[in-house]
Amino acid sequence: MNSDHLLQGLKERDPRAVAKAISLVENGDPLADSILASLDESLIDQALVLGITGPPGAGKSTLTNQIISYFRSQGKRIGVIAIDPSSPISGGAILGDRIRMMQHALDNDVVVRSMATRGRLGGLCAATGAAVRIMASSGCSHIIIETVGVGQSEMDIIRLADITALVLAPGLGDDIQAMKAGLLEVADLLVVNKADCAGAETLAMDMEAVARERREKNEGVIEVCMTVASEGKGIKDMLHVVAKIDEEYRQSGEIMKRRMKSHDLEVLDWAVELIKPKFLKMIAESDTSRKGDPRMKAVEILKKL
Amino acid sequence: MAETTHRYRVLIGKPGLDGHDRGAKFIARALRDAGFEVVYTGIRRTPEEIAAAAVQEDVSAVGLSSLSGAHLRLFPAVVDALGKSGAGDIPVLGGGVIPDEDISHLKQAGIVEVFTPGTPVDQIIQAFQQACEAHQGS
Repeated sequence: MNSDHLLQGLKERDPRAVAKAISLVENGDPLADSILASLDESLIDQALVLGITGPPGAGKSTLTNQIISYFRSQGKRIGVIAIDPSSPISGGAILGDRIRMMQHALDNDVVVRSMATRGRLGGLCAATGAAVRIMASSGCSHIIIETVGVGQSEMDIIRLADITALVLAPGLGDDIQAMKAGLLEVADLLVVNKADCAGAETLAMDMEAVARERREKNEGVIEVCMTVASEGKGIKDMLHVVAKIDEEYRQSGEIMKRRMKSHDLEVLDWAVELIKPKFLKMIAESDTSRKGDPRMKAVEILKKL
Repeated sequence: MAETTHRYRVLIGKPGLDGHDRGAKFIARALRDAGFEVVYTGIRRTPEEIAAAAVQEDVSAVGLSSLSGAHLRLFPAVVDALGKSGAGDIPVLGGGVIPDEDISHLKQAGIVEVFTPGTPVDQIIQAFQQACEAHQGS
């Protein structure tokens, strides 16, 4: 397939064209450039990008499955990007998020793509942003990004998504402690999943306290929701909150502000990514002793540019 | 750190009602350790569901596992479903408890490789490697 065929396929919502276009970007294929340059920007602007993040086992995939069901009941076309980690040893990966979403496998308006991090550490993969834009261009009005199971520092989702939900579950207390100086401070929505399990009330109270503190600091809308994703409970209320935040942020210009910032940072990411091989070569050539202060050497290398 | 360049993507799935997934998971892990990105779709899938997932995930090969004796019907059904989805180019490999006399039937029905109990795992990985290379070259 050439790029014209692929672009036509995206317009026609051909699942193969969507999948091929994402692969081209993921593999750094030169054909990807002409596709990415010709996407439908107005569709991209209109789409809602919802981030789902949280520690491993909190129920992100199960929740995502229920969110798909709800949006589908409203006739929306949904894109899902589900990210799992690559092995640091072999570079391979098991992409297993789709198992929880197989009930939608035969629905042409649920576009699911599993992606591996391929060495990136922020909880997403480098091609996530492009995959979002490709899905939006193929008519997906709602795009869900499910991150890898996160620890403390996987903040990429906050900048890429319009709205980010942090999914927590009782019994993962140690993880919450670890995240306190992180995602809890920036997520738009705190979801207490497995709300039927022991400890959920306590967790919800803790989260309410976090939300109250942030509201008092006037850090925007921050809401706590309780769900039992495995039974579909609480999903509707949660998505009403999402819709409310979306409306408010679109009116206040917050969404556009976030997207502009996200754009700048994504460009920066790629600039760094693309110049890495050149820098590595310069470093290797400039000094064979490998001794001395690395920062000073970096300053010297930049002077040579 | 693992390199960020091209990786082969494959799908491992179990069609039909057979819930014994030890073999499928073993192969998925072995492929992961050999550097493949493995989309695992779990047990009790219809051939159509597997084909739709293979298309959306843009995999270069599909691996099926069956331990229940239904391979003669289900493996070719996945090949057919891929063809109907416009993805007849994606090679299908299969393994499980498969009698020797069934292997030629399966190959005639378009299954490119068939593995039985005792097939060395290296041979299986190599077969996936070759199937992916052939597919990307096509």
